[in-house]
Amino acid sequence: MSHNTLLVFEVTILVLAIFLGFEVISKVPAMLHTPLMSGTNAIHGIVIVGAMLVLGLGHKGPFTWVIGFIAVVLASANVVGGFVVTDRMLEMFKKREPAKPVDASQNGKGDV
Amino acid sequence: MGYNLTNLAYLVTIMTFILALRFLSSPAHARRGNQIGAVGMLIAIAVTFAKSGLTSYWEIALGMLAGGGFGAVAARKVKMTAMPQMVALFNGVGGGAAALISLAELHRILPAPGTPKVDIGLAIVLSALIGSISFAGSMIAFAKLQELIGGRPITYAGQQFVNAALFLGCVAAGLALVAGVQQEWLLWALAGGAALFGILFVLPIGGADMPVVISLLNAFTGLAAAATGFELQNNVLIVSGMLVGASGTLLTMKMGQAMNRSITNVLFGAFGKVTAEAAAVASGAGGGTVRSANAEDVAVMLAYARKVVFVPGYGLAVAQAQHDVRALADILEAKGVEVTYAIHPVAGRMPGHMNVLLAEANVPYPQLIEMDDANPEFARTDVVVVVGANDVVNPDARANKGSPIYGMPILNVDEAQAVVVLKRSMNPGFAGIENPLFYNPKTVMLFGDAKASIVELIQDVKAL
Repeated sequence: MSHNTLLVFEVTILVLAIFLGFEVISKVPAMLHTPLMSGTNAIHGIVIVGAMLVLGLGHKGPFTWVIGFIAVVLASANVVGGFVVTDRMLEMFKKREPAKPVDASQNGKGDV
Repeated sequence: MGYNLTNLAYLVTIMTFILALRFLSSPAHARRGNQIGAVGMLIAIAVTFAKSGLTSYWEIALGMLAGGGFGAVAARKVKMTAMPQMVALFNGVGGGAAALISLAELHRILPAPGTPKVDIGLAIVLSALIGSISFAGSMIAFAKLQELIGGRPITYAGQQFVNAALFLGCVAAGLALVAGVQQEWLLWALAGGAALFGILFVLPIGGADMPVVISLLNAFTGLAAAATGFELQNNVLIVSGMLVGASGTLLTMKMGQAMNRSITNVLFGAFGKVTAEAAAVASGAGGGTVRSANAEDVAVMLAYARKVVFVPGYGLAVAQAQHDVRALADILEAKGVEVTYAIHPVAGRMPGHMNVLLAEANVPYPQLIEMDDANPEFARTDVVVVVGANDVVNPDARANKGSPIYGMPILNVDEAQAVVVLKRSMNPGFAGIENPLFYNPKTVMLFGDAKASIVELIQDVKAL
C-alpha cells in the first residue's frame, strides 16, 4: 500500500471510530459514568503497543532506549491500573445481597 | 507474525474494546465487559511481542513488570473515596507515554532527509502536544484531589494571556516541525511548553469542577493515543484511541449540561473566584432563620416516614459515611420505610462518583435514582436527607437569576414534606454560594460530621 492510500484508509477508520464512540457511550447510564471513565481510561492504555514498538523495533542507541523504556513503564501502569480499578468498581454494583429478601412488600407501611 | 495476521489480531482487540463499552450500558453485565476488554488488551500485547523484527524483549518485560506492578498495587489499595484522583493518575501516565512515543519516533526518523512526511509530522506534533497537556494536567488534578495542593481556584493577573501565549508558542513550534524544520529540540520545547500549559490550565479550576476536567483529560489521552497510531501506522491505536477520545468528549459535554455551563466556562471561568463576588447578590434571598434539630428529633421523623430519600454529595465521600448511611437505610427499611437515593449527575468529584461509593456500601443499584427520575418523586416523599450536598439541591438554581448557579438542573428536594440537611456548619459550599434551602421552614439542620450524625441517627432510630 502506498503511503497515501494507507493514510486515507486510516482517516476512514478514524472517522468511523468517532461515530462509534459517540454511539456506544450514549447508551451508558449516568450511574456507571465513573466506571465508564475508568474503563475508557484503561482502553487508552493501548498506547502500550506504541511504547513496545518504540522500544523494541530497530536499534537506535541509548536515547530511544531510555525514552521507550519509560513509555512502556507508564503505559503498563495505565493498562493494569485502569482495568483493575474498573473491575473493583464494577464488582460492587449488585442488585441485592443474596441474604436479604428479594421483595420487601410490607403491609403495615408507616404504622411502625 | 506477519503484517496481515497481526492486524487481524488487532481487529479482535478493537472488537473486545467496543464490547467492553457496549456492556457498560447496564450494571448487570458491565463487569464482564471490562474483563473482555482486558483480554483484548492482552491479545494486543501478545501480538505485538510476536511482531516480526521486535527486539528488546527483556527490557519490555521489565518495564511492564515495573509499571504494571505499580498500577496493580495502587489500584488495589486505593479507597473508593479516592477513586477520582487514581483515575486522574492513570490517565496522566497514559498521556505521558503517548508524548514520549512521539519524541522517540521523531528521533528515529529525523536523520533521513525530507522527513517527517507532513501527516506523520502532524501526528507527532499532536501526540506530543495533547499527551503532554494530559500528563501535566492530570498530575495537577491528582495533586488537587489528593489535597497535596489547595483545591481552591488559583488565579493571577494576566493568566489568560500567559496561557494563550504559551499555547500559541507550542502551536508555532509544531507548525515549524510539520513544515519540515528538522530540529528535534523544537519538539522537546513543544512538549515542555505543553506540559507547562497543562499545569497552568488546570491550576485555576476549582475542586468541584474536577469531574469535567478529568473527563476532558481522559478524552485528551485518547486523542493522543490515536495520534501515535498515525505515527506508527497502527490501526489498533487509531481506533481505540479515537473511541476514548469520542466517548470522553461526549461525557464531558454531558457533564457541562448537568451543570448548565459551557465547557469553556468551566475551563476558563475560574468558577470559585467569579462567584465569590456574585454570592453577595445571591445571599439576598437567604437571611431567614435556620432551624437546627438534634438527632433524636430527626430519628423520629425518619422512623415514622413512609418514604425517605437520601441525597448524597461530596461531603459523604469526605466523611466516609457511605457504609453508615446504608446501615441507617437498612434499619429504616426493616421498619417498613421505603428508602431510595437521589443522585445528581455532578455530585462528587467525578461523574457517577456517588454511585460507586454507595455500591461499595452494598446499596443495591436499583435504589440509586438518577435526577430525572428522582425529581417527580419528591412531592410524595416524607423526608429527604441531604448528606454533604449543597449546590445540587440549591433552589436558587431554579428561582434566583442573580445566583451564579442559576439554570443548573437540581434535585428539587424542597418539594418534599420535610428536608433534613446534614452539614458541618453554616459555611457555604465550595463557591461561597448561599443556599436558601437551609432557611426553608420545611428544613431542619443537623449540624456535625456527617458520619457521626448518621451513627447517632442509627442508635436513636434503633431505640425507638
